[in-house]
Amino acid sequence: MTTFEERVKAEQAASPRIDLLVIAGMVEPGARVIDVGCGRGELLKLLEEQKHVDGRGIELKQSRVNFCVAKGLSVVQGDADRDLADYPDQAFDYAILSRTLQATYRPKEVLEELLRIARRVIVSFPNFGFWRIRLQILLGGRMPVTWNLPETWYETPNIHFCTIRDFRALCELVGARVERSFALSPNGHPLGMKVPPPLHNLIAQQAVFLLTRERGKAD
Amino acid sequence: MNKLILLGRDLEAALSHSPVFRSEEALPLDCGRVLAPFEIAYQTYGTLNSERSNAVLVCHALTGDQHVASQHPITGKPGWWETVVGSGKPVDTDRYFVICSNVLGGCMGSTGPASIDPGTGKPYGLDFPVITIDDMVRAQARLIGHLGIPDLFCVIGGSMGGMQVLEWCASFGDRVFSAVPVATAPRHSSQNIAFHEVGRQAVMADPEWRGGRYLEEGTNPAKGLAVARMAAHITYLSDEALHRKFGRSLQNRDKVTFGFDADFQVESYLRYQGISFVDRFDANSYLYITRAMDYFDLATDCDGVLANAFTGTKTRFCVVSFTSDWLYPTRESRAIVQALNAVAANVSFVEIESDKGHDAFLLHEPELFNAIRGFLGAAAQRRGLPAARGGSL
Repeated sequence: MTTFEERVKAEQAASPRIDLLVIAGMVEPGARVIDVGCGRGELLKLLEEQKHVDGRGIELKQSRVNFCVAKGLSVVQGDADRDLADYPDQAFDYAILSRTLQATYRPKEVLEELLRIARRVIVSFPNFGFWRIRLQILLGGRMPVTWNLPETWYETPNIHFCTIRDFRALCELVGARVERSFALSPNGHPLGMKVPPPLHNLIAQQAVFLLTRERGKAD
Repeated sequence: MNKLILLGRDLEAALSHSPVFRSEEALPLDCGRVLAPFEIAYQTYGTLNSERSNAVLVCHALTGDQHVASQHPITGKPGWWETVVGSGKPVDTDRYFVICSNVLGGCMGSTGPASIDPGTGKPYGLDFPVITIDDMVRAQARLIGHLGIPDLFCVIGGSMGGMQVLEWCASFGDRVFSAVPVATAPRHSSQNIAFHEVGRQAVMADPEWRGGRYLEEGTNPAKGLAVARMAAHITYLSDEALHRKFGRSLQNRDKVTFGFDADFQVESYLRYQGISFVDRFDANSYLYITRAMDYFDLATDCDGVLANAFTGTKTRFCVVSFTSDWLYPTRESRAIVQALNAVAANVSFVEIESDKGHDAFLLHEPELFNAIRGFLGAAAQRRGLPAARGGSL
């Protein structure tokens, strides 16, 4: 008998990183893009090939940076918590923070910096309100370990988890307008119209938001 | 005219290996003087395409020269960067037209303190004007113009070569499509200046230096220059690299001699580095070029703000540093990257794990090769240059 996790992994393997395709779908062709926490450059490569963007990346881990540069991507070693301050206002059309927000020390400040350096901000994050995570705490009484959050509490780099509702509250706090949002099912597909939005916080395993800075809140 | 007599040997034959660009038009220098005429010796590799869009300028370091990928005419050694430049190499001479010129102030055919001063008919010596990295780059720009190249696909170099790369981007940014400054700094630090001063004092303390007029007097400050080279060479390595290579091993003996012979292998190695250097380098050139490096501070012309040197740049950058390089440590490269980020430039930054110190950029460092190859491949694609043979980047 296959477990839930195994089935999800199989689906992921068959259609890798649908969440990246969702993000790429939000980006206009030829845009100036910065991917913060770009990892091994999968999204940047996708954006350059499909959207012909002028792409940059910031990545914490030097070995991944070197890997990206060897692939021909423009990537620097840097820390989202510290180094976004170097960039000028509105330098990019899009700043993307893909599954990185929860690993930053100061998510609020990072989000504010992203809204400063780019006209639009795309944020994706694992939804801690996902029902399986709730169940693990409720029934098991222990910090959840799932297939896409596989580290134990003492090893995880993810120190600032949030739910979709938490994130919407943060957006309101920093003056970010939600232009579009997607709730993704465990296999990475956007939840269809059949799922009413109030249930997203329970059913979605990940969320992707497209944000702009609210008028009047600028500067 | 530019006959160079070094160590009493006539090196004209050796220097005839390189074509020389001669400019009669005066070159204005940062010190306020002008140089006219002046000559720049250079080498080229590969073929310039019909669009003239595939030219790569390689800038050499303090003691380097134009023989980046061909045998050195004096030492007989392979080119100083044959690991990086050549057929099928990261800077692929099958794809790119590579130019490397001897810097102004150098001693391998370009006008320098050993050249004949047309005013006196004698070698310049210390009458040669003090030059800067900016002056070197301005002279190079004349050469590039002379070769009929409107803009460079890439300017690349390590150490002082990296300073020239940065200066090219600051002074002639619209003529540089991509730039690779390696193991370098946006300015010379106090420690860098201090080491250079030790070297210069060693040269000038040699009685054979004769106030810089040794060529006329037929003497040779080889001992001073060798000591300068020995001291400098230590700064190019690292504690780990020296220890791994030599440890406390003795040179051809079982025990120490209780004297001042080269008991230790590391002493023998340094002596060899010093002695072999003086065969190919002019002592006054060493003074002038180290001085040019000391004066280098890219931010000075920009109200002290480094980012202003790159305002509006369209150039694609790939900055490279090495973890064990304490002469031009990673924080210097990071300052360059920070300045480039401040103007939202297109920049990559690679720090390479190596225990070989500053010299790592000249050695076998596959991560360096991969970074340059990947960066240039992507830049070539953007520039519309045909793909490398074998298809992919």
